[in-house]
Amino acid sequence: MTTIVILLVFALFLGGIMSGGYTSRYVKRMEETSIWGWITTVDHKRIGILYLISGGFFFAVGGLEALLIRIQLMFPNAKFLVGDAYNQMLSMHGTTMIFLVAMPLLFALMNAAVPLQIGARDVAFPFLNALGFWMYFAGALLLNLSWIFGGAPDAGWTSYASLALPEYSPGPGVNYYVLGLQISGIGTLLSGINFLVTIINMRAPGMSYLRLPMFTWSVFVTSALILFAFPPLTAGLFMMMFDRLFGSNFFSVINGGNVVVWEHIFWIFGHPEVYIIVLPAFGVFSDVLSNFSKKRLFGYHSMVFALVLIGFLGFMVWLHHMFTVGLGDVANTVFAITTMAISVPTGIKVFNWLFTMWGGRLRFTTAMLYASGFIVTFVMGGVTGIMLAVPPADFQFHDSYFVVAHFHYVILGGTIFGILAGVYYWWPKMFGYLLNEKLGKWNFWTFFLGMHLTFFPQHFLGLFGMPRRVFTWQPGYNLEMGNFLSTIGAFLMTIGVIFFIINVLVTITKGKAAGNDPWDGRSLEWTIPSPPPEYNFAQLPLVRGLDPWWLEKMEGNDQMTPAEPLGPIHMPNDSHLPFVMSLGLFVSGFGFVFQSSQVGAIGLIVVIATLFIRSFQEDHGHHIEPQPSEKGVEI
Amino acid sequence: MKRLMLRMLICVGFVGLLLSSGCSNPSLSVVDPSGEVGRTQLGLIYLSTGIMTFVTVVVAAIYIYVVIRFRERPGDTHIPKQVEGSTTLEILWTVIPILLLIILAIPTVTTTFKLEKRPAPSEKAVQINITGYQYWWKFIYPQDGISTANEVHIPVGKPIEFVMQSHDVIHAFWVPSLGGKRDLEPGRVNRLTLKADKPGTYDGKCTELCGASHALMNFRVIAHQPAEYEKWVRSMKKPASKPTSVLASEGKRLVGQNCIGCHAIRNAGYKILGATGPELTAFSERTRIAGVLDNNPQNLRVWLKNPQNVKPGSRMPSFGHLKKKQVDALVKYLESLKGRPQ
Repeated sequence: MTTIVILLVFALFLGGIMSGGYTSRYVKRMEETSIWGWITTVDHKRIGILYLISGGFFFAVGGLEALLIRIQLMFPNAKFLVGDAYNQMLSMHGTTMIFLVAMPLLFALMNAAVPLQIGARDVAFPFLNALGFWMYFAGALLLNLSWIFGGAPDAGWTSYASLALPEYSPGPGVNYYVLGLQISGIGTLLSGINFLVTIINMRAPGMSYLRLPMFTWSVFVTSALILFAFPPLTAGLFMMMFDRLFGSNFFSVINGGNVVVWEHIFWIFGHPEVYIIVLPAFGVFSDVLSNFSKKRLFGYHSMVFALVLIGFLGFMVWLHHMFTVGLGDVANTVFAITTMAISVPTGIKVFNWLFTMWGGRLRFTTAMLYASGFIVTFVMGGVTGIMLAVPPADFQFHDSYFVVAHFHYVILGGTIFGILAGVYYWWPKMFGYLLNEKLGKWNFWTFFLGMHLTFFPQHFLGLFGMPRRVFTWQPGYNLEMGNFLSTIGAFLMTIGVIFFIINVLVTITKGKAAGNDPWDGRSLEWTIPSPPPEYNFAQLPLVRGLDPWWLEKMEGNDQMTPAEPLGPIHMPNDSHLPFVMSLGLFVSGFGFVFQSSQVGAIGLIVVIATLFIRSFQEDHGHHIEPQPSEKGVEI
Repeated sequence: MKRLMLRMLICVGFVGLLLSSGCSNPSLSVVDPSGEVGRTQLGLIYLSTGIMTFVTVVVAAIYIYVVIRFRERPGDTHIPKQVEGSTTLEILWTVIPILLLIILAIPTVTTTFKLEKRPAPSEKAVQINITGYQYWWKFIYPQDGISTANEVHIPVGKPIEFVMQSHDVIHAFWVPSLGGKRDLEPGRVNRLTLKADKPGTYDGKCTELCGASHALMNFRVIAHQPAEYEKWVRSMKKPASKPTSVLASEGKRLVGQNCIGCHAIRNAGYKILGATGPELTAFSERTRIAGVLDNNPQNLRVWLKNPQNVKPGSRMPSFGHLKKKQVDALVKYLESLKGRPQ
């Protein structure tokens, strides 16, 4: 079989060369196609769109998985999706939603907005930015291929040992989890470093730290969290990979390993991860609430302080996921207190949001609806979080549907509402067209009500004794009503998502042109055309305070004061190397999933070769020269 | 405004619907506990719910006021005052949450330490060792030298110290009506002390994803008055496992051929006691088969024919190849196994 494939490939090559397909003209033609442009792009705006499309696609996939889960749980003892098939579904739902939906969609917003908000022409490392995306995409694709080849991971998104070890999860399922997350995790780490450096180094003249828009601040803190939280995940996944593929014994008890170590490593990553996906959403809400209240953010300084404090404390609470492991009263108490402490800065943020709206002129666009819907929803999720921080109470809540309700309130009400608010808010900037507000309202109300209908009853299901991750439940314990309502809610949410898809399609076919500043904005992204030109700012703007664009508008100026004369603009060159490198990692990962070290090695050789080429490539970028025109000089 | 009212109406109706759907089933419920530990934990749940409901209501009240009061009216073009913030308010909403948290933290800390305490020797706690298997529970009474599976009997009023670990993957032991859960890990011993107030049957669940049949890894805690419990222990020490009819004798022979490698039946005269499957001593007194089906001859046939249908991923092989007569004998014998009343 292998021989046939190799011969076939050679025949194709030979045919290509003989027929003249491999001339430089052919290559040139290929380079002119738009697909090639998207593959090689290093432009942060286009990478943002790539993140948006792929994150949106996986959102549909993960949502479908959730719907199937809810259909199975609608009635007791259902036979629609039982045993291992259900476990695959729940594992992939969790993994997809965290790693392949929340993260990339937030990166989409970061890429679309952060360089514009700080007045930069691109991120600090455009090449790395493209590499981060393609590695995420390679990992995501690898993970989802498991549905077709060999079965999906089935040990939950937490993949606890020893269930995830080969003895109890034979087959390639968990290998996909380990390698898919490893590849996409490195991509995330690269992007995190990139945004950290971008925000430190690329701010426009006058844009001091305490003039950064709140979204940029949240991305800054998030990037720092990524920098410290993803290396533990990488290390943990390596150990798991070695246990599964090469017979090491980090977690195998019979050979002297320890299963609790994996739990520690996972949650040392896993808890900061929760803040990684919720802090940028906080940033979006701060910007959106301030913008549509027509007021500056109330208590900007304490908002920044709270953000940093949440990020810091986020690293010292991981044990609250492990209260029932039996680590003793002292450990449980310490982590209970730190967990409670984290609610103080979160509370500060909530009240500052409320008082940003207080006295404003509230305009309820869809973005604003999501932002204001978030406040109450997130508070409901946050307070159950504090209830979970009480160890004796957590002994009852833990791993029951109460927890499922809690984290869906936080992640949907926080992250997903944040992403949707951000998408409605920055869509005109990204694409130049406004999303339809009427459809947007239908989208919001169905999604919002569906979300509450799905997850509010689950609090009670947990208290009535329903554990999480169960493929069925028995009648007679008063779980009937809650489960039924929950499934109806899931359908309502699906309708909400369909409204969003229709909205996008309508906007593509006959959207309203947005203009530079459709929302009467406050920050720098609204000073430039929508969509922005490749170089963003013809002249870097001079920033004179917080909300710089608002400041200028209030003083009657119709543009920012430039901080530099018009001149040639230095831009990075496109590169196909990120794509090739990720392709190599994808092939390598796919090989290792099936324990084929030959295929794995071929993929790694491609990676090393591209690393080598990149290291010795002279790539100084290019310049865009200003052109004289009738209005003077233009770019 | 109208929409807001509608939304609030929906919310109120929704909560009402949930409450009217009735209370929980007391055999599997956090909010209807039958033991001291569960009651203590419920007290903390109510305290935290109270504080947190207060917080939510305050936020919601401000929120609703703001949304209604400061909504943009048609034709309104005024530019709101650009307020920077207020130190007084910031201090206020930092200090008040801290005070609320202190109110919650003090009972949290004391209870956490209290619940971890092992029972004093004077309390004469009953020790029960638990081992979790995919997907069943082994219970051993080291003080009495008896053992059982999937159903554990306890005396009312006495502290029960469960000493638990896992044979394979991580499981968790949860009896909502008696108290909170504890993990069973391979290679690590955990302890959990519970106490039941009144006799009854309490359902238990595995709460840590442990494989295909995690959802069906059920068990039951059956609490007796102390005298009844002593009687049960004595009956289990010398169980009635000898066949009493010709058919049952044939069944015993078939159990010896098919089952005894994994399952143990004490006092039946078998030379070996299988240890990798649930013990079958006094099997007819169990309320359920494999923790899933009600225990009756009909269901036992269903279970023997295709265990994967009932409990996917279970280690129990199918015995569909046995002839109907053989199954009849097997079922007859198994359903005759009981403890010996003294």
